[in-house]
Amino acid sequence: MALVFAGVCSHAPGIVGRAEQAEPAAKKRLYDAFDDLRLQLEASKPDVLIVVAAEHFANFFMNNMPSFAMGMADYYEGPIENPDWLGIERTRIPGNRSLSERLISKVMERSDVSYAEEWKFDHGIMVPLHFLTPNYDLPVIPANINCQGPPLAPLHRAWKFGQALGEAAEAVSERVALIGTGGISHWPATPDSGKINEEWDRQFLDQWSRCDKEAMLSYSDAESYLEAGQGAFEIRTFVAISGATEGKLGTVHFYEPIPIFAVGCTTATVNL
Amino acid sequence: MVSLYYVQKFLFELNRDPEFQSRYTADRHASLSGFDLSHEEKRALVEPDIGLLFHLGVNGQILMHFAAFHSIEWQDYLQQMRDGLEDHGPVREGVYAVTGYEGVAAHTSRLGQTENTVGGR
Ligand SMILES: [Fe+2]
Repeated sequence: MALVFAGVCSHAPGIVGRAEQAEPAAKKRLYDAFDDLRLQLEASKPDVLIVVAAEHFANFFMNNMPSFAMGMADYYEGPIENPDWLGIERTRIPGNRSLSERLISKVMERSDVSYAEEWKFDHGIMVPLHFLTPNYDLPVIPANINCQGPPLAPLHRAWKFGQALGEAAEAVSERVALIGTGGISHWPATPDSGKINEEWDRQFLDQWSRCDKEAMLSYSDAESYLEAGQGAFEIRTFVAISGATEGKLGTVHFYEPIPIFAVGCTTATVNL
Repeated sequence: MVSLYYVQKFLFELNRDPEFQSRYTADRHASLSGFDLSHEEKRALVEPDIGLLFHLGVNGQILMHFAAFHSIEWQDYLQQMRDGLEDHGPVREGVYAVTGYEGVAAHTSRLGQTENTVGGR
């Protein structure tokens, strides 16, 4: 059936790991926004949540790097990071192997995707889950877009992957929720950490919320790198969600640059 | 020879494998065997020299966990990278230095100059 929920959110590790270093009011505004997002997700009564993430060398490395990958296991583990550093306990997250297999088979009709029967979640998935499924009681299917080790698949391929995901969700009987997680402009884990190009972010989010395909696909990594940092390569995850929900408008519920979290913190949903 | 690939591969495996972490802790030098590394790279991994590793081009997503593994606080981690650039020069290669490091001030002022065109595609 058609997707029951689609949205995007930030996943920066500092959101939980450095929470006590943030200005308390800013942290509360973000946490409240995440809570609203959780309520919207729960209201959609999903059977499964597909997280389109941009992992950071937790599972995939340059010896064998898929542009697009999806998990196909009955359970996953995370976080791979030191739990004290990330502020999230290590746990087992339920998956759904059979549903993964059906979705992946369908995605393959339209897009190339690797599958993985083992997957350790890093902050890119654990931070969103920490807020959205805090009891880890909703089966999750991880999907990954390589946004770290160039060459990276171009944005129009991320769109196509998202489109294939949306079609695959329609082809199964389960109620599928979809969330993309990534940064917009940011320079994570570099000496420039904390720098955020708010104007660039707001422009991109405006295009995203209007599902402006042409505008979103016209970004080049070279330009993004200059204006929005290497973290901006992760807009691929936002683009994939747009591809999955082509033609539908989105609503940005929250956007605020919070430097200690190293990203313009965002929550948004697609009006399905 | 210089092999950013193997430096990063070493860190990738160390970050995700507790057993490898114990081997590294027990004997840092011995844990490097099997990785094609230069003398400089070995020194940076054993010491550890976060600034040098950043200068060599190690992806920050890998490096920040290595720093955390060594209990280096976040602000100290950022400072050690800055010190590395000061001591060794701009980042040599890798995704975290596609255009070369130019410093926060230079970057911000250039962003200011191009403000009207940012995102205006
Ligand atoms: Fe990320």
